[in-house]
Amino acid sequence: MPHLMPETSPSVMIQPFGEAALMLSVDVALATQRRLWATWHALCAREPQVEWVLGMGNLTGFFDPLAIATTQLERAIEAAWLDSNGAETEMGKRVEIPVVYGGEAGPDLAVVAEQAGLSCDEVIARHAAGEYVVYCLGFLPGFAYLGGLDPALACPRRASPRLSVPAGSVAIGGAQTAVYPLASPGGWQLIGRTDVKLFDPYRETPGLLSPGDTVVFVPRPA
Amino acid sequence: MTLTILKPGPQTSVQDLGRDGYAALGVPRGGACDPLSLRLANLVAGNAAGAAALEITLGGLALRFDAPTVFAWAGATMGVTLDGVALSPAHRYAAAKGAVLRFGFAEHGARAYLALAGGIDVAPVLGSRSTGLLAGIGGFKGRALCAGDVIECGEAEPRLPGVAVAQAERGEHLRVLPGPDWPLLGQDAQRQLLRTPWHIGLASNRMGMRLTGTAVDVASASSLASHAVMPGCVQLPPSGEPIVLLADAQTTGGYLRPLVVIRADLWRAGQFKPGDTLRFVEVDTAAALAATTAQRDWLERMRRALAWEGR
Repeated sequence: MPHLMPETSPSVMIQPFGEAALMLSVDVALATQRRLWATWHALCAREPQVEWVLGMGNLTGFFDPLAIATTQLERAIEAAWLDSNGAETEMGKRVEIPVVYGGEAGPDLAVVAEQAGLSCDEVIARHAAGEYVVYCLGFLPGFAYLGGLDPALACPRRASPRLSVPAGSVAIGGAQTAVYPLASPGGWQLIGRTDVKLFDPYRETPGLLSPGDTVVFVPRPA
Repeated sequence: MTLTILKPGPQTSVQDLGRDGYAALGVPRGGACDPLSLRLANLVAGNAAGAAALEITLGGLALRFDAPTVFAWAGATMGVTLDGVALSPAHRYAAAKGAVLRFGFAEHGARAYLALAGGIDVAPVLGSRSTGLLAGIGGFKGRALCAGDVIECGEAEPRLPGVAVAQAERGEHLRVLPGPDWPLLGQDAQRQLLRTPWHIGLASNRMGMRLTGTAVDVASASSLASHAVMPGCVQLPPSGEPIVLLADAQTTGGYLRPLVVIRADLWRAGQFKPGDTLRFVEVDTAAALAATTAQRDWLERMRRALAWEGR
């Protein structure tokens, strides 16, 4: 059963995800995400045998249930979240990403424009005007979940994912925007493409972006 | 010591038990889709359980040993022959220099594992020798094997052939726990998810099995804030046909998670092939933990039996 934390907001919850994972869920907002970054750093240090993975407004710990009691881990997560109040992690570096919008590079630009009731140029202008915060990484190597999308540009994911989305595709899925670092299956709406390399396993730091960084998209002619 | 790939079949790749600790960067865990059969093949060959081996998908692999080699295979039954002589799973064999090993088409199950004494010698990338096919990292040149590839094996102590164990029983079901989004489905949708015999779709691969059948009514709550997912997570996209995530699953997702395959059945999930049928069977957490313990004990008994027999 989900475990609610009475001391904090009723939207803060710890729940099992199978027998070998626990998930802490909070609101999706920059203030709570900064607390989650602090919670994540604390739990990685305190419970290193657990694999901690950040999401958008959530944090999941994967553990060996034969070695660690679920109730003990639940208490550790709760303690780390409560400790993070007032200890929010600072913002990181600023990264500019050049993007070719629309056409072959962004076949779903018109879908997003129609959903928003805007012209394609207005969608591009609004998307490029944003300052996006890296909330977390995941889905694919180097894929960054960005907060800060203009709510007018929110667009549902496709009913069934595409079998292959080209590397560098800039996309919108729900209220989120992101860049696909590799060719992969994916269900988001594609609005443009970049040639910046977000992941390289042989670089000293394989991922270009880290939680807390700020991303700016710069329109570029095709 | 090397072997040469004559025919790779639909997909053969180098796999071990996967990468620990890079999920927060978005790097999939990867490794064998059926880790139990990989461990078994390795133990029988006399290797450490997590040594790198070949994962053969749906059969069709043919290779030549370029030096005398001790090996074992386990997993899906595929009509395996060495210079035309039929071989059994989970038996240790010795091949002479120049001998040819062939895998026929998969009869039961989808993936077989070929372990060579000494393990496959490729450079680890981010802590694992497994091939990350999507990112093109690890394994042999970051890709599935092709005809003409020459694969290096590690040094091995001399071992006697002839030792053997039994493979685990498979079956047509996956045991599951309710996932975090189970309560978001209506009662009819819950019942249907558990009662429907799901068919394995052609679009299945190492990332996940796409199931086909009567679509489940996903109703309103169809997109969630992105969250971590893992092999064994059952996703329900708005199309209403579930996806069972496998070893190369993305590290996060946004679809509903109505069910989670228990860890002791992950190996089974890796053995369904397109055209097969599966059912989900609901269990509780205590049963899931008991199954993991039983499986760990079973592997340990196999390890001890082999250590005794293979002295």
